[in-house]
Amino acid sequence: MLSDVRLVAAKDLRIEYRSRVTVSQVVPFAGLVLVLFGFALDANPLVLQTATSGLFWVTVMFVAMMAVQRSTAIETNDGARRALLLAGIEPAAVFLGKLIAVAVQLLVVEVVLVAGVVVLYDARIESWALLLSTCLVATIGIAGAGSVLGALVAGVRARETVLPILLLPVLAPVLIGATRAFDDALGSVAVDGWAWLGLLAGFGAINVVLGAFAYGVLLEET
Amino acid sequence: MTKPMAGDSIEQTPVGKRASTGSRATFWLGAVVALGVVALILLGFFAAPEDDQQQDAVRMIFVHVPSAILTYIAFGATALGSVMWLWKRSVWWDLVAHSAAEIGVIFCGLTLATGSIWGRPTWNTYWDWGDVRLVTTLILFLIMVGYLSVRSMGDDDATATRAAVIGLIAAVNLPIVNRSVEWWFDRTLHQKSSLTDGNLEDLTLFTLVFGIVVWILFFAWAMIHRFRVGWLERELRSGDLDEAIAARRAEALIDSRPQNGASS
Repeated sequence: MLSDVRLVAAKDLRIEYRSRVTVSQVVPFAGLVLVLFGFALDANPLVLQTATSGLFWVTVMFVAMMAVQRSTAIETNDGARRALLLAGIEPAAVFLGKLIAVAVQLLVVEVVLVAGVVVLYDARIESWALLLSTCLVATIGIAGAGSVLGALVAGVRARETVLPILLLPVLAPVLIGATRAFDDALGSVAVDGWAWLGLLAGFGAINVVLGAFAYGVLLEET
Repeated sequence: MTKPMAGDSIEQTPVGKRASTGSRATFWLGAVVALGVVALILLGFFAAPEDDQQQDAVRMIFVHVPSAILTYIAFGATALGSVMWLWKRSVWWDLVAHSAAEIGVIFCGLTLATGSIWGRPTWNTYWDWGDVRLVTTLILFLIMVGYLSVRSMGDDDATATRAAVIGLIAAVNLPIVNRSVEWWFDRTLHQKSSLTDGNLEDLTLFTLVFGIVVWILFFAWAMIHRFRVGWLERELRSGDLDEAIAARRAEALIDSRPQNGASS
């Protein structure tokens, strides 16, 4: 099972590494969104500093959408889903592998985004431990929900438009939780960020378990 | 029944039994609902007294609270139907899930709309981001709109499975959404349950309970019709294709016969 997970994750990451989509398209896109937020908020340093956590995670949501679309497209094109199924790999292992691949890409983008908000929005990081844990835990939740919904829309004609409608409302708790935890990590609002991290962990756990269960049904029947 | 004509569509389909989704029972149920709505309007607008603080705005609860209760009942039915489809592959439950979701989205939208309209004179704002139930209900509404958009993509078993997984995700995530929003702001404008706090006058309380009963009956009526439409659609699709083709051919023969005066 574990080796299967590693196999699928490595496959997706290898495709990503060779196509360089994350580095050449997704990362610049994330940076662009940060710059656009700067323009939209009138380049007001005070407003930007207050809104940093929210803007950061909204950007991550946009990026997650792209990463999930891409992760789905890899399997849908050329009928690779069937091949994956015929390879005799456990669907749960496929799910976890794809989750890990999406999460790794998101984490790479998040590293760039953290640097971006420090430079562009003048964000000060007060607790690195909370910041890093939030990124890790929230990203697992996002990648979990994203991977299962990505598989869900894989066979649908208009999947590019359906995915955001499904994924964004489901990710609402992550946006709320991660933003609050970041507020604490950046010292912009006095809240207990670690409590929010607990909520994020709960969200992540439920989505990973649900995804592992539902992925097989989706892979075989849709 | 007279001889089928070209225009009598349903009679000639392979389903071939009824021209409508109604029955004697649904007719009477519908009649009771219609009378109930008239009675509710009379009770709500004229009989029930206005509130000391909220004045006429209080009348909104006669629609708002029943809609909110029916939202939960409908989406609960969707969640149950989704589980039963995934577990037993029961077409019956799948149709229940789909029908309840459609009706539930309407009730949920009605809850949000009436709540907003009521909030303006009472809270002095249409929308309050700090309110747990408002935000939770909105997220639930959006997830279920997504559910319906997936449903609209097709009507095969694969679509049913996709929709069932979304129904499940919605059901499982709701407690978290609720938690997150509750922690998000610990203040809330939303009042506690109007039904149990004992502050309502007798006639207001009666009208409210009456409204809930009428809404439940309406839900039952709409569910039966929607379910039958879904069932007929399914029958039509999976039903005897040959029979359908034969029926269409017979129709074509009737249409191609020379009309009076047209062929001379």
